[in-house]
Amino acid sequence: MTADDRFTEDFRSEREDEVIGTRSEVITGPVRDWTSDFSHLEPEWVADPYPIQDDLRQRCPIAHTERFGGGWLPTRYEDVSAIAYDTERFSSRSIIMSNFRPPRALAPVGGSPPISSDPPFHHDARRLLLPAFTKNAVTRQEPRTRAYCHSLIDAFEGQDVVDAAADYAQYIPIRVISDMLGFPAEDGPLFREFVEDLLEGINLPPDERIERVSRLFDYLLVQVHDHIDNPPDDLTSYLINAELYGRKLTPDHVVGAMALLLIAGIDTTWSGIGASLWHLAKTPADRERLAAEPGLLPTAVEEFLRAYAPVTMARLVKEDMHWHGVEMKAEDWILLSFPAANRDPAQFDRAGEVVIDREVNRHAAFGLGIHRCLGSHLARMELRTALEVWLQRIGEFTLEDPAAVTWSAGQIRGPRTLPLRIR
Amino acid sequence: MRVHIDPERCQGHGRCYDLAPDLFGEDDEGYGTVLGDGTVPPGQARDVRLAVSNCPERAIELEES
Repeated sequence: MTADDRFTEDFRSEREDEVIGTRSEVITGPVRDWTSDFSHLEPEWVADPYPIQDDLRQRCPIAHTERFGGGWLPTRYEDVSAIAYDTERFSSRSIIMSNFRPPRALAPVGGSPPISSDPPFHHDARRLLLPAFTKNAVTRQEPRTRAYCHSLIDAFEGQDVVDAAADYAQYIPIRVISDMLGFPAEDGPLFREFVEDLLEGINLPPDERIERVSRLFDYLLVQVHDHIDNPPDDLTSYLINAELYGRKLTPDHVVGAMALLLIAGIDTTWSGIGASLWHLAKTPADRERLAAEPGLLPTAVEEFLRAYAPVTMARLVKEDMHWHGVEMKAEDWILLSFPAANRDPAQFDRAGEVVIDREVNRHAAFGLGIHRCLGSHLARMELRTALEVWLQRIGEFTLEDPAAVTWSAGQIRGPRTLPLRIR
Repeated sequence: MRVHIDPERCQGHGRCYDLAPDLFGEDDEGYGTVLGDGTVPPGQARDVRLAVSNCPERAIELEES
């Protein structure tokens, strides 16, 4: 089989068969009670989830909901880490909690390997990608990232108020990952739509959600065909040519992994950069200290990752079981909140405070266990570079209007509107 | 004092080679490796303790002599 005939119309019709899964009733309306009816789409949660998580951790600590066909929200570090490590009882077959569960037969590969994969396949799929995302490998992206951050700030010339989320944080990961995948830089606005469809459109009727997700896969197929015709040295060409078990990857695997690399790197890092700038804009003492002590920045970045961890994952319960005091049913979702784990006072001193020189910081922002974020070294490089350049170029900045700040809804949390006064 | 990484626990977060680059490195897949034979020079006791206490997987073991 050549690379070319893997990506034909037949492949697309086969892929459409996979949308046979389980659909659950869409439940909307305000949360009645956080312990038994939680929703991560609730405006109160979107605005500030931490008091809700702290309250649940003290008195619950594993919340339940009938929404999304049923799910659980553990809030203690101990429970979150136990689930992250237990790939026998919790599957990664789908990692976004919505009203659609893909068919069980999709395991152990899942729709976007390796994030959606379970052992033993997971290990092999992950090994294909690890070398491209080591600290050494991503350091090569740093000079270009730094130059790009400077160009974004150059464009602020003449403006007193800028949107640090929309006009700065957002663009950095979009540019970095589209360079790595070899996608046209001008397609950036499309990527933002794909991200919103996938990560924020979680309570849409399942068929509408599936339709939106298929737009992403149509786009990726166009990129695959462009790369087959004219193969540059990038991650897309690498995936098209990669082999597993002595054979080229299946077309689902190639396109699913491309979807993962595109989507997972954008919203997350955008959120991390934005949340850090939001914190610094409202905390002059931390801003001044970092400007005076740039060597403290890597330590501060870890604290921003702990306190404002952007990423919550999901798992699916494999079989009915009694687990840590609750009755879980097969196919229940687990909302695996690394942000809640990171603010557990049983694990961290002064858990609710942002301590930018915190020396001992065993946070779980990039997950725990076999699914440790593949792009964590890239994300850290982008976050550190984006903040370094911002702090060098913009001495003083403050929130223009705290009430105008908006946050994304769903499993990835970060500012989406962040007006800052920069002079 | 000797340091050791448990390869069963290490997931390649890289906190050790970020915080103590004279003692730890990364392999081709990003997993942590101990440079040399694992003996910690006296001047690097603080760095190695920092790496141990920041490993999210608790994969670094320190043998005090």
